[in-house]
Amino acid sequence: MSTAQRQEFESVLSGWGRVPVVQGAELRSEDLARLTEDLPLTRGLGRAYGDAALPAPSDRLVAGTTLADRILSFDPETAVLTAEAGLSLDELCRVFLPRGFFTPVSPGTRFVTLGGMVACDVHGKNHHREGTLGSHVLSLTIRTGTGDVVRCSAKEHDDLFRATIGGMGLTGAILDVTLRLVRVPSTSILEECERVHDIDQSLDALKSASARWPMTAGWIDCLASGRHLGRGVVFRGRWAEPHEVPPSPRSQPRNLTVPFDIPGWVLTEPAVRVFNALIYWRYRARHPSAIVHPYTFLYPLDAVAHWTRLYGSRGFTQYQCVLPDSSGREAVARFLTVLTRRGGASFLTVIKDCGAEGIGLLSFPRPGISIAVDLPMRRHNTQSLVDALNEVVIAEGGRVYLAKDALTRPEHFRAMEPRLDAFLAVRRKWDPERRIRSAQSVRLFGW
Amino acid sequence: MVKRPANVVVLGATKGMGRALARRMAERGDRLFLLGRELDELRRSASDLQSRSTVHHDVGVAVCDLERLETFDAALDQAEAALGSLDVVVVTAGQFATQDRLEQDPELAHRLLTVNFANTVTFCERARRRLLARGGGTLCVFSSVAGERGRKRVVLYGAAKAGLSGYLEGLDHRYRAEGLVTVCVKPGFVTTSMTEGLPRPPFAGHPDAVAKRVLAAIDRGKSVVYAPPMWALVMFIIRLLPRFVMRRLDF
Repeated sequence: MSTAQRQEFESVLSGWGRVPVVQGAELRSEDLARLTEDLPLTRGLGRAYGDAALPAPSDRLVAGTTLADRILSFDPETAVLTAEAGLSLDELCRVFLPRGFFTPVSPGTRFVTLGGMVACDVHGKNHHREGTLGSHVLSLTIRTGTGDVVRCSAKEHDDLFRATIGGMGLTGAILDVTLRLVRVPSTSILEECERVHDIDQSLDALKSASARWPMTAGWIDCLASGRHLGRGVVFRGRWAEPHEVPPSPRSQPRNLTVPFDIPGWVLTEPAVRVFNALIYWRYRARHPSAIVHPYTFLYPLDAVAHWTRLYGSRGFTQYQCVLPDSSGREAVARFLTVLTRRGGASFLTVIKDCGAEGIGLLSFPRPGISIAVDLPMRRHNTQSLVDALNEVVIAEGGRVYLAKDALTRPEHFRAMEPRLDAFLAVRRKWDPERRIRSAQSVRLFGW
Repeated sequence: MVKRPANVVVLGATKGMGRALARRMAERGDRLFLLGRELDELRRSASDLQSRSTVHHDVGVAVCDLERLETFDAALDQAEAALGSLDVVVVTAGQFATQDRLEQDPELAHRLLTVNFANTVTFCERARRRLLARGGGTLCVFSSVAGERGRKRVVLYGAAKAGLSGYLEGLDHRYRAEGLVTVCVKPGFVTTSMTEGLPRPPFAGHPDAVAKRVLAAIDRGKSVVYAPPMWALVMFIIRLLPRFVMRRLDF
């Protein structure tokens, strides 16, 4: 056995939540087009929490895109950028933010690739205004399951285009991405924080903030129960105008790291309770309005390297769902009640009001309230907790975000997703031999 | 000392450490011309560097294949014509295969020895003549720590790199007084597509960190640079080991 084979045999891969762990390896090359000729899946920076970027049980190798990171063209007049799929958002920020350009939509971490952002059709704090990334993508180059390299856009092969946006890499390997960046007036963000005392206030504050501000999100303490249920902090922000920025603006947040796995017994419910209370009380002292570095506002967790080690070697799953406006704000309270009653102690529970649904066939956001919680892995009850949460989401007419998902059952996903058949039809058309697949697609769709 | 911004020709800028080095050069305003095997790849890299460059200039490209000697002069002619004059020539191109594979495939072994030694030296000779003709310049060539000591895992690859390092040292001694600065880069294990799939040793380096060190070495005219720096110490110890120890080590 050669060294490469031996390593491939022994090595394992997992997503950002560190569970599940599967046998497999990532093969990387600058020449993504050639690399993807005979590999069933591409993987970017591995920030999908669950099994979206893991090889299916019958596969071992996935194509790593991170070396395919060239900028192929950029026109400062139109702000249109074409780049290889492995270009990271971090690098995009580093190159283009000083020139006054930024990604139109940013997820909560900058350690993602362009290809991954398209495949998950990421949304951010500006979803209520700008929608998902997909609405800013002009065209894509894709190696489909038949091996053909196809360029697609809203005008050309629009079925493939719409299925690929939010399609979790299951329509083929995204090779190049063309999207329109946005111009920003400065390289700082004006941020305001408002403390809120219960779930009604949280949702009201989020709604009124979103009416006036381009970027909003809320953090809530999901362990505060009774009349405090849903207390937290609502953040709102916008790019600062040049005259508002002090001569020496705040620098990038300093990097901390979690050097080792925190033992499981540390992260018990009382510990999370204390942590959440501390954050809640901290914001009372904080200045209500500040000029901050965009990374501080947009990527607070990126400042802590290996933060997933907080959840110990057992890992965690993240659960994110959107509950539609039509089911009302009581739906949010009902969801949180089920979560807390079943002991889902979450460090960070983030809420965000979503705007219109995107063009992607499986795109996650829809008008309503998105809730994201971390669920540390416990021996038996994490699966049943996810099942219970999914049942609430189905009853309310909502859906879950595949980029975070590791445990949803196929029948639950189908019940949430009336668009699934349309998506699978496009997948079948462009990949009749079913060569493109992931651990997640096999779990949820059977192939 | 290299004048800035410099006119730089890079053979091997489409991948790995060459790509990282060319990006750093583009981002500080150096003017670049790329040589390599595949025109399409060269054009994609040229676009990348142009987009990152702080000055507006077209990054030119020409096909130059270390397996085909006849491509060398034509490519360098094109580079000189495009840039006006050459200040720095960087060579990062080369081949790699594991010792096992080279032993199984003698043709591949012959090709690797030819490309990594004879042809690379031939290319350097052409570049040297051009640099000296304009009064000097910098020739920066990527050799390897594999050339420091005969080792079990890199018998053939290491031998070619040892030859290349020897040539570069000689060049430095002979021509530095005439203005030709030779920078011999000796990377240890760096995580690039060349080493993809190999077991990762401790102190594995990142291409961009290597590029940063190499750029500093080019600017200062340092004749030998190890990257990551830890490999200078590692190789110092390896060089001291007696042969009976090396025979026992699986390194």
